[in-house]
Amino acid sequence: MQFFLNITLGGIASGMIVAAVALGLVLIFRATNIVNFAQGAMAMITTYLAYAILHQGVDYWVALICALAIGLLFGGVVQFVLIRPIQNKSPLNAIILTFGFLIFLEGIAGAIWGSTTRTYPAPFSESGQKLGHTQIAFSPFDVYILLSVLVLMGIMLVLFRATNLGLRMRAVAFAPEAARLLGVRVQPLLTLGWALAAAAGVLAALLVVPTSSLTPNFMDVILVYGFTAAVVGGLDSPVGALVGGLITGLSLAWVGGYLGGSLEPMAALALVIVSLMVRPEGIFARPAARRV
Amino acid sequence: MDAVKRPVQALTAKSWFRLPRQPMLRHGLFALLAGVGFYFLTNWFSAFNDYELGEIAFFAIALAGLTLLTGITGQISLGNGGFMAVGAFTLALLYTHTKWNLVPELFVVVIVSVIAGGIIGIPATRLRGPYLAGMTLTVALGLPYLTNQYESIFGGDQGLNTPPPTGPSNINPEQWLAWIQILGALIVLVLLGNLLRSRFGRSFRAVRDDEIAASLAGINVPRTKVIAFMVSAGCAGLAGAFLALSAGITNSAEFPLALSIYLLAGVVLGGTGSLMGVWWGAIIVVYLPNEWATDLASDFHANSLVSANLAIIIFGLVLVVMMLVAPSGIQGGIRWLAAKTAAYFSSDTVTNMTLPLQEATEAGINPPVNGGSVTSTEKQGV
Repeated sequence: MQFFLNITLGGIASGMIVAAVALGLVLIFRATNIVNFAQGAMAMITTYLAYAILHQGVDYWVALICALAIGLLFGGVVQFVLIRPIQNKSPLNAIILTFGFLIFLEGIAGAIWGSTTRTYPAPFSESGQKLGHTQIAFSPFDVYILLSVLVLMGIMLVLFRATNLGLRMRAVAFAPEAARLLGVRVQPLLTLGWALAAAAGVLAALLVVPTSSLTPNFMDVILVYGFTAAVVGGLDSPVGALVGGLITGLSLAWVGGYLGGSLEPMAALALVIVSLMVRPEGIFARPAARRV
Repeated sequence: MDAVKRPVQALTAKSWFRLPRQPMLRHGLFALLAGVGFYFLTNWFSAFNDYELGEIAFFAIALAGLTLLTGITGQISLGNGGFMAVGAFTLALLYTHTKWNLVPELFVVVIVSVIAGGIIGIPATRLRGPYLAGMTLTVALGLPYLTNQYESIFGGDQGLNTPPPTGPSNINPEQWLAWIQILGALIVLVLLGNLLRSRFGRSFRAVRDDEIAASLAGINVPRTKVIAFMVSAGCAGLAGAFLALSAGITNSAEFPLALSIYLLAGVVLGGTGSLMGVWWGAIIVVYLPNEWATDLASDFHANSLVSANLAIIIFGLVLVVMMLVAPSGIQGGIRWLAAKTAAYFSSDTVTNMTLPLQEATEAGINPPVNGGSVTSTEKQGV
């Protein structure tokens, strides 16, 4: 029972991280119908930069803010330089491009920093707490993960629901042509969407990296889990990203805890397959008709 | 109508040398010529060059499978490296537990890979574009983990032995292996060339160009997609088995995500939708990481980290740049050059080389909306 409780708590924490990755994927997908496979790699590069900043002797929080800023900038630049030219071409082009960019960034990271593992510090203790007489595996760092992802979600919610900018972004995502006709400048908003998505990815990476370790491909599996979560929740629903993230995190934690950690990626595959068989559009997605 | 008929007449009337009309005969003739060429090449080459030639041959098989799936049927797969792993481990397990000959082993490898392709392909029929890409990416990432989970079966990090077959004693082993791999590649390409000329090939293209129109024309779209997936996985599995023979040992480290990227880059470079293009792709996929990248790194006195990663940097860059600049690949460029040359020498044969999209527009048909700029330069068959 205690084992079950512990892995469940771990699953909730990792589920929140997965939710942040999924949120990044969803933000881009609902605006441009592109799944950004390079999101994990972009976050990985940013994490290396944050690591370098951290080693200049600055505080964790300063490095975090710098990393988020770099992430915003990076996402915007990528959309501006790479995605705009292929936006109206076949979806295959976008997939191949972001996939190529993923491996390009991993190669760059490998060439600069090598494949030696580095440890990135956590701002809070990672060891479990005593609750009464029982030791539970929920550390202050897990609380920090939970809160920071919730804060991210809250900021996004306020941005999209309560501001004029968010309204315009939703309009662009919902009906780009109509939005353009109504005087919304579409491209800058798409750039902003990519920037926000990249920042969400960076936050997820900075939350993952203390418990895994910093290598050029540490985000590969996290990206796949994020994709799983996004598919489970519905690729165009931010709420679905959160719920999908929790479902994914919990199922993977249970599979990892009871069957073996190496089975987690295949469990993610099974989850994608099952959710696509049962509910192809995801739990929270708006129903969409495919146009002829 | 005239615009549609003209290319065929021009092609048959103007050729000074007429190839057999029967696809089987024509492809067989090509394969025979290629086989003779390869035979002399392997005699002339050193043992190491033969080894690389064999690698080119099995990458050509894997690329042909992915070309069929992505270029011709329009279904993206980032997971064919995973199917290569399925083939390699099937061969390794057969070698460990049976005393069979190589040929029946390869048959079983293909059958197992085709079944694996079907398992992934059936849910994939409900998916489009990014969903399919994400799912197949999970396959490529997840399958190697399985071998770590069941170490007693798959040998863990050590892996399993898959020694190359021994031929007659007067032929060196690299050359013998290269012959087997080249023979395999030629057989696969002839079979795929025929497949693409058949009803299945036309269904594949129809599904790629417009699924709804294809289903209205009576094509069973999900079944067509699953068949494409299975054929593609079978090719990948055979290529994986050949890779295992070349490496002599099979472990999960041989099937990293980078392998799937190499395959995708090879298809894109060769030109999606072109079976001849797979040879260009295969040459680049073999020579770039092994020779060109290391040469380039040493020319610039780069450190070992850079030279170890230069290949994947270049492949990544190539994928990005090709998508931005030239989605039709090398074979597309050659066709374009050939069209220009033909146009220069004779104005009559111009239509002969026009792209399908232009033909369609000339004929007054609207070009397919989602036909894909990646695939639009594809011509019939090999």
